[in-house]
Amino acid sequence: MTNPPAAWIRSIGLIGPGLSDWPACAAILLGKAEWNPEKTVLNAPDQLPPAERRRAVRVVKLALGIGLQATTAAGVDPSGLATVFSSSGGDGVNCHQICETLASDDRQISPTRFHNSVHNAAAGYWGIATGATAASAVLCAYDGSFGAGLLEALAQVQVEREPCLLLAYDADYPPPLRAARPIPDAFGVALLLTPEREADSCGRLAASLTDAPADTLADSALDALRCAIPAARSLPLLAAIAGHRTGRVVLDYLDHARLAVDYAA
Amino acid sequence: MHPLLISAYTASSCLGRGLEPLREAMLAGRSGLKPCDFETVSLQTWIGEVEGTDDERLPAALARFDCRNNRLAQLGLMQDGFADTVRAAMSRYGADRIGVFLGTSTSGILETELAYRRRAPDTGALPAEFNYAGTHNTFSLADFVQHWFGLKGPAVVVSSACSSSAKVFASAARMIASGLIDAALVGGVDSLCLTTLYGFNSLELTSSQACRPFDRARDGISIGEGAAFALVERTPDALPPDAILLLGYGESSDAYHMSSPHPEGRGARQAMDAALARAGLAARDIDYINLHGTATPSNDAAEGRAVTGLFGDATPCSSTKGATGHTLGAAGGIEAVIAALAIRDGFIPAGAGTTAPEDGLDYVLATRRRTVRRVLSNSFGFGGTNCSLVLGCPA
Repeated sequence: MTNPPAAWIRSIGLIGPGLSDWPACAAILLGKAEWNPEKTVLNAPDQLPPAERRRAVRVVKLALGIGLQATTAAGVDPSGLATVFSSSGGDGVNCHQICETLASDDRQISPTRFHNSVHNAAAGYWGIATGATAASAVLCAYDGSFGAGLLEALAQVQVEREPCLLLAYDADYPPPLRAARPIPDAFGVALLLTPEREADSCGRLAASLTDAPADTLADSALDALRCAIPAARSLPLLAAIAGHRTGRVVLDYLDHARLAVDYAA
Repeated sequence: MHPLLISAYTASSCLGRGLEPLREAMLAGRSGLKPCDFETVSLQTWIGEVEGTDDERLPAALARFDCRNNRLAQLGLMQDGFADTVRAAMSRYGADRIGVFLGTSTSGILETELAYRRRAPDTGALPAEFNYAGTHNTFSLADFVQHWFGLKGPAVVVSSACSSSAKVFASAARMIASGLIDAALVGGVDSLCLTTLYGFNSLELTSSQACRPFDRARDGISIGEGAAFALVERTPDALPPDAILLLGYGESSDAYHMSSPHPEGRGARQAMDAALARAGLAARDIDYINLHGTATPSNDAAEGRAVTGLFGDATPCSSTKGATGHTLGAAGGIEAVIAALAIRDGFIPAGAGTTAPEDGLDYVLATRRRTVRRVLSNSFGFGGTNCSLVLGCPA
């Protein structure tokens, strides 16, 4: 047995309901600011060419938003970074529109809707926006998608010895899909992970599987957010990072296993 | 990288169930494509359908996963003694030391497409029996397969369109190298659905006849479905001489366009270079290239430029999508299995459907019997996601 996959955290990007960026979220997680859970605000970044800006759906705006927050915070050029995109589903609105068309008398779906339907749409737009030509993994593990993305990113950093940007994100589903997949709003978090400690590193992570139950958040409203949006299953870890609290955090992952994340501030 | 042992593999497609019909079709240059008669689809195009998929019955305890994609997954797992090999590996390594890494592009989305035809007239609600998590969700495939075996390790679906089930080999290799697992069940399953048939039609990327990869008259893809699985393990000290190994993988992103490849094949070249570098091989060490070769004018042109730039015109190559159709998220897995068969049985498969290939490549029109030691397999997808694999026998 070798050591569990591990990496240093260099920067964080975050967008969610009433959460405009990582510093705002960190202040709320530390109890230093009040959380007003207003609907998540998403904008298409200027880095996209005009045609792609027009075509960008919610998950694309979300993923690019958190990714660029993380690279900007670290002062890192995103064009050289490998990436791991992990999401519990594609864009719900886009999926709804396609299924509605396919159930109608005229099944001709729009080419843009079709290319936006692929699970790797956000990764494709990210490449176009940033010029990043490195490897990009695009993953799904339903409610455990943050955990699956973190494992993949840590393994990449450990094995390839290169920095890797993890982007975990989910956006809401409209009715009638909402009843079957009740994700109420958009939430995403990006972690820039590096193999070595950098001057601005904010701690080190190592992950393994565990039978222990997932940690919850003391604040019931924030814990409801953790349960409601898969990418927000990361919040107990983010709370530890915000508080520079060394120790083990257990995150939701699969039916039969959770992820034990050992965080050293 | 340290080579990994591919200790078992199987593939099912429109050519038939398991390795034997696939091998026979490759040797004969036969295609399994037919005019589209899927569901209520009314399009002038050809498809590759796996016969009997909907007759497959899932275990009662896994009824929540019932959909065409998971039926096809089960059909695929039952071939060639593959499931038994996985169970033997479970008792050897432990259920928690084997990961599941599977590719799909559309998973069980067909269930949602059909459910949208049965919405409640008053509320618009989907039917009560519709199960999103078990069927449509992208993870459903890996979730189903993990439960089917009772595996307890990491599990994930890679969904990067048509590179998905090539990239699972890379994810599995890293996870094994990290020490988190000892072996991995990898592969891909994609099944026919309306989203891809009408979607590729809307992009004018489907052919009205059986696809003709790399042909000068090619005019689009034929969508297929399939299931491919492989068991990947750390290489043991004593390696059988007929072992099939994963020698390298290379991944890249085009960073160019959502539905068109970089015209010079920049990302394709980068992926092939990286795969050769990881394998510690030069272009001349490759005996056969299984091309991505979708048969769209722009895809094949870009890939051809990248292959010529790296290999010149001396390395035999073909696309087997004229035989299987483009199985999208399963294509990388099926073509890795074809690569393994080519090495095991010593042949270079013909590119079925093609009669007048583009100049500048040794494009194989009739299957050649010869020793094949190393194969490069290309899988490139929508959104500019690229993966190349190198498979080979022990040095």
